[in-house]
Amino acid sequence: MGVLPERIEELLETALVSELTVIDRGGRPVTHPLIPMYDGELLYLTSSVLFSKKLEHIKENPRVSISISDPVAVNVERFARATIQGDATVDDSDLHSGWEERVLPLWRKKEPMIDFFLGKRVALPLFFERAIIEVRPRRAFLWEDGRTDREPEVFEVVEAVR
Amino acid sequence: MRPTRELLESLPERFDHAVVAFVGAEGYPLSVASRFRVEADRGVILLDAPAGEAVAPPEGEEVNVVFSHIRPQPGVGYDERRYVSLWGSLRRSNGHLELEPDRTQHWDEQEMSFFEFSERGVPQARRYFEQVSAEQGREIGPRLSFGWLFLRATRLPFLTATIIPVGLGIAIAALRDDFSWWRALLTLIGGACIHLGLNVANDVFDTLSGADEANVNPTQFSGGSRVILYGLVDLPAMVALCVAFYAVGIGIGIALAAVSGWGLLWIGIAGALISLFYTAPPLKLVHRGLGEIAVFAGFGPIMTLGAYFVLAENYAWEPFFASLPVGILIALILYVNEVPDRPADAAAGKRTLPVRWSKDTVILAYDLAVAVTFALIAAFAISGVTARPTIIALAALPLAFPVHRALRDHYESPYELMPSMGKNIMLHGATGALLILGYAIAIVADAASSNPHAFLQ
Repeated sequence: MGVLPERIEELLETALVSELTVIDRGGRPVTHPLIPMYDGELLYLTSSVLFSKKLEHIKENPRVSISISDPVAVNVERFARATIQGDATVDDSDLHSGWEERVLPLWRKKEPMIDFFLGKRVALPLFFERAIIEVRPRRAFLWEDGRTDREPEVFEVVEAVR
Repeated sequence: MRPTRELLESLPERFDHAVVAFVGAEGYPLSVASRFRVEADRGVILLDAPAGEAVAPPEGEEVNVVFSHIRPQPGVGYDERRYVSLWGSLRRSNGHLELEPDRTQHWDEQEMSFFEFSERGVPQARRYFEQVSAEQGREIGPRLSFGWLFLRATRLPFLTATIIPVGLGIAIAALRDDFSWWRALLTLIGGACIHLGLNVANDVFDTLSGADEANVNPTQFSGGSRVILYGLVDLPAMVALCVAFYAVGIGIGIALAAVSGWGLLWIGIAGALISLFYTAPPLKLVHRGLGEIAVFAGFGPIMTLGAYFVLAENYAWEPFFASLPVGILIALILYVNEVPDRPADAAAGKRTLPVRWSKDTVILAYDLAVAVTFALIAAFAISGVTARPTIIALAALPLAFPVHRALRDHYESPYELMPSMGKNIMLHGATGALLILGYAIAIVADAASSNPHAFLQ
C-alpha cells in the first residue's frame, strides 16, 4: 500500500505510457509521452539527454502532472483514468549509470527489451545518458471506467511516513 | 510549426483519444483525456469538455492537446510509437471545446526511425551536458567503456577491408613458396594501422567540414563514428589517435621495406597519401567524387601488391589482377554507404557519386560493377591468370541481389536500406575470403602433389 489510492496504483503498476506535462519558460503546458514507474511513494520517469528540454523546464518549474489515459497501454481488469499532480526533481548527478541503479529494475518490468538495447549501448550512447525525474504526488484525480464526462474523485495525497 | 490539414485529418484514424493539458489552479499542470473529432475544413479539433469545475480547461489561454499511441508487445515492451502535440487557445462552441491549433510537434516511428529522431536530439544533448557541467562545476559528458569506445572511434569491424586484400597478397606469395609468418603478420598490422588512421582522419575532417553534424541519418555502416559529435572523444584526442596510427603504420612499412626491398616504399607512399588525402585538404578526394577510385586503389591493388612484395620481394601481375575484384567490391561498399549520406554530403560539399547521379544511374552503375567483378573472377580463373580454384568466389554473387533490390525499393529510406548495406559488406568479405580459400586450395594441392590437376593449379 503506497501513498496513492489503490486503483491508481494498479494503473501505474502496468501502464506502458503516461503523459507527463511540464510548464515551459513561457508558462505554457508541454506534454511528453513517457513510461511511468512507481515505488509506493514516488513516481519515476527517465529522460535521455537527447530529449532533455523537459528536464530544463522542470528545473525552472517543478510542478508537473502525469496522466494515464490510454486503455490499450494498461493491463487492469477494470479500466480507469487517472492524473497525478506533483512536485518533480531532476536527478542528473550520474547521467551515465545512476538511472541503471535506481530505475532500470522498474523499467525492465514494463519493457523487458530494454536490456537488449542497453547491451547495444555502443550503438546509441547518448540515448543511455539519462536523468531521473522523481515526482512526489500531491493530488490525484480518478475517473472510474475512464469516463471524463463524469466528475473525477479527487484525492489529496498524504505524505508517506519515512 | 503550424499543423497541416493532412496532419489534422489523419488524427482520428491514428489515435483513439486526446489529452488536454493546461495549467490549472495553484499553478500545477493538469491533463485530462477527452474524445475528439476533427473539422479539417475549419482547421479545428472539437473536444468533449470534461465534467467538473476542478478539471475544466480554461478558455482563452494556451493549452496543449496531445494524441499518443503505442502498441503493447507482451513480454517485450511496445512498438508503433507516435504522438502529435498541438498548441492553441480553447473556446466553447455548441457544448464542445474547440481548439484551432497554431503550433505542432509530432513524431511517428513509422515515418521517422527512432535512430533519426534521436540524432536530431544531439544538439540538445550537447547543450544539456554543458548546462549540467556548469551547474555541477565539473566537466560532464557521455561515456563508453574503453573497449567499446575504441571499437566505435576506429570503426574496428571495417578492418575486413584490409584483412582481405592483404590476405590475398600473402596467399599469392605463399603459392609461390614466398612466405614468412612474421613478415605476413607485420604486413597485416601495418596495413591495419593505416586503415584505422584513415577511419579516424575521416572523422576528424568530417567534423571540421560539418558533414557529420549535418548528417541526421547515420547508420551503423555510414555517417562515421560520430564520437566527436557526441562528445565521447574530443577533436585533439582523435587527431592524436590518427597520428599515432599513421606513425605506427608508416614505421612498420619502412621496417618492412628495409628487409624486403626499398621498392615497397613506392606503393607504401601511394597508400598512405591516398588514405590521408581521402578526406584531408587540399585534395579531399571523396569530396570530388573520387572516393570510390581512392578506396578501390587503396584497398585493392595497393594492399595486395604491397603484401605480396613484402613476402616475394618483387612485383608481379598476378596479385594486381587478383586484387581487382576485391578493389571493386570495397569501392561498392563506400558507394552504397554514400546513398543514405547524400543530403548531408551535399550540404557539406562532398560531391560523391550518389550525390551527383540519379537513383537509376546509381543502381545501373552498381549492377555493372558487380557484373564486371564476377566476370573478372571467372575470366582470370579460367585463363589461369589467378589460381584456378579461385573460381569458387563466384558463389558469393547472390549476395549482390538483395543489395540491388534494396537500392531499388528503399533508396530514400536509410534505415530500411541498412540491412542491405550489411549484405554489401558481406559480398566483399565472402568474395575475398573465397578468393583466398581458392589460393589455399591451390597451395595444398601444390604441396600434396608435384603435378596437381590443372583445375587445382
